[in-house]
Amino acid sequence: MRKIISILSLVAIASLLLVACGGAAPAPSGETVTVKETVVVTVEVTSAPAAPPVVAPAGYGVTLETVKTRGNLICGVNSQVPGFGYVAADGSFSGFDVDYCRAVAAAIFGDPAKVEFRAVTATERFTALQSGEIDILSRNTTWSLARDTELGGNFVHTTFYDGQGMMVPSDSGISTLQDLEGGTICVQTGTTTELNLADVMASLGVSYTPAVFEDADSTMGAYSEGRCDAVTTDKSGLISRRTVLADPSAHVILDATMSKEPLGPMVRHGDDQWFDIAQWTIFALIDGEEFDITSANVDDVKASALAPEVRRLLGLEGDMGLKLGLSNDWAYNIIKLVGNYEEVYNRNLGPDTPADVARGYTSLYTDGGLLYAPPVR
Amino acid sequence: MQRDERQKTTIPFWRDERILNILGQVAFVLAILFVGSLIYRNMQAGLAKQGITLSFVFFNGVSGFDLAESLFAYDRNSTYQQAFLAGLLNTLSVSIIGVLFATVLGVILGVARLSTNFIINRLAAFYLELIRNLALLVFLIFWYLGVFLKLPRVKDAIIWPGDIILTNRGMGIPWGIPTASFPTFSLILYLGIFLALIVFFSLRVYSQRTGRAPLTLLWTVLTFIFIAFAGWIVLPEKPLMLDLPLVKGLNLSGGKILSPEFLALTSGLVLYTAAFIGEVVRAGIQSVPHGQVEAARALGLNGFQTLRLIVMPQALRVIIPPLTSQYLNLIKNSSLAIAVGFPDVFYVSNTILNQTGRAVEMIALVMATYLTFSLITSVLMNWYNQRIKLVER
Repeated sequence: MRKIISILSLVAIASLLLVACGGAAPAPSGETVTVKETVVVTVEVTSAPAAPPVVAPAGYGVTLETVKTRGNLICGVNSQVPGFGYVAADGSFSGFDVDYCRAVAAAIFGDPAKVEFRAVTATERFTALQSGEIDILSRNTTWSLARDTELGGNFVHTTFYDGQGMMVPSDSGISTLQDLEGGTICVQTGTTTELNLADVMASLGVSYTPAVFEDADSTMGAYSEGRCDAVTTDKSGLISRRTVLADPSAHVILDATMSKEPLGPMVRHGDDQWFDIAQWTIFALIDGEEFDITSANVDDVKASALAPEVRRLLGLEGDMGLKLGLSNDWAYNIIKLVGNYEEVYNRNLGPDTPADVARGYTSLYTDGGLLYAPPVR
Repeated sequence: MQRDERQKTTIPFWRDERILNILGQVAFVLAILFVGSLIYRNMQAGLAKQGITLSFVFFNGVSGFDLAESLFAYDRNSTYQQAFLAGLLNTLSVSIIGVLFATVLGVILGVARLSTNFIINRLAAFYLELIRNLALLVFLIFWYLGVFLKLPRVKDAIIWPGDIILTNRGMGIPWGIPTASFPTFSLILYLGIFLALIVFFSLRVYSQRTGRAPLTLLWTVLTFIFIAFAGWIVLPEKPLMLDLPLVKGLNLSGGKILSPEFLALTSGLVLYTAAFIGEVVRAGIQSVPHGQVEAARALGLNGFQTLRLIVMPQALRVIIPPLTSQYLNLIKNSSLAIAVGFPDVFYVSNTILNQTGRAVEMIALVMATYLTFSLITSVLMNWYNQRIKLVER
């Protein structure tokens, strides 16, 4: 007994000491401020020709370092929307957002398989990114101002231009949003969809009852049980979820588009290098489509390319990859191992898939779409 | 001289067990404080790294989302605070309704389990064993997807006698709409409560003075019902207008519409918790020595009197503490509402968390809410337990 007590008192003394040390903890945050000041000072140094071109702020490059050390990329994806992110019965992931993660892995490791997918729900996705559980969130997430600023993350770029739609049973006789007066609408919680629904119905003056569910499966489940007159989510989501309903032809998607839904990946605040890698992976995919470089012909193109833009993209000229902190064949790896934008799209959402989502605004700018990548130089 | 001797035998403080005991306690508290501050500091540092500061200012912002059910007028222009309050009231109503019905059903089940009638006894035993061994979440989802959503669509609605409409959009029941004379009627109701309380307390005094045991509760309730009924008859205009539910357009309207989510949650919670309460009641009744029943019979009390005057008062002492924890379970289990889409406080907080990204604040708030509910329930039940406890001299 005495022994225990004396050990306890030792613990007490030790903890007192530690608390005392803990009291000094505000000091490090004070130091961080000084670091910021030094950044300002070193900017002057950058004017010297020999100095490195960029002085990295705290956090710069940390994510890439972590990912490389760990040996794989951890990507937060959807598991319930076929075409975007879906888990097959054998546990393998597939989809447009999933292939984007593979492209990032290809750019970093030259191996698209070095990704660990984590299925996250709409509710937990931002927390998973904030807490560092995932490196990239690629889960058909809508870019909005509040999310861009308040959630401790940044949207990288739009990968899919979507709009919110409404699906109803074909035999319901509903053809416009106004026909839903007094009806019940199934919607998923924690989404921009939920907010848009309230906005649009309020501005149309249509009264309705929302039936709100935790995830896509229960939302669609309740809709197919007839709990609601209509179900709403992004049009691409409706198209892809319709393919897994019991009788897809018994449901129609209304023409009305209720909102802009730019979907894209998101990374944590504070690591601009990681942001750049995530962003230029998208641009490499788009460039691949624009320059007609596919996974099939990329080797031929690389052997015979004359256009400087293509040569820079594939790492034959300049050191574009090195600037991103990657190897120079980063874009070659993306296109060779994952494909260009069109290939990725067609594999998951194209005409040969059950989803068959029309490209719409998600086409190259040369085809009247919004996909436009800045020059690689 | 003696004083000196005592001083000599004084042991140094590091070997004095009394001091060491206190030191041990202090050390333990310090250790807890230290770990707590470490965790808090870590959280602060992590949040600072993300550029997030903790604050409840967002709570006054416009929520922008609609809720399926709210006890007061709520729409997308309401604040997050109102959304939270709506969820809170939904949780409260489910909890109160759940506790009431589960208690009634539980007592019936517990008594039925001990019935000498073979069929009643076996049926109750079957029910208790079946329900107690199910997972509540599974049970709730069964009620939602397997029962209430499987009801016919609105156009093929089942209509039960008494104008009860059953559809997969919910159950419509007749409901009263207050008319102009309702305020007067509510005054009469207050009067009824007042008179009922007078009856209650005078019967208590009578019973304490004479040692007889009148049916206090029965008379109290009867007094109230009599006054309410008299008020209803006397008033020229009926205080409540009957509003019948009917099928209108895509949905039900009129009357009171109970949503499938609400029905699934309450029926699931009630039927589940009642099974546990049934076992608690049975244990309580069985804890009363059989000699007590035999003695009561010998005194000429009939079966009901024996139960009411001899068995129940003694059984209650055993029943109340575990019953309290069943009530707490029901309240906390109501957070499974999220599985069936009923907007209770956890569900709404989750939505708010999602729309604002304020995870730490919302989770802390939800934890504080359930803690408060549970503590209030415990305090009430402990107070009741103290009152019915055997007075020991």
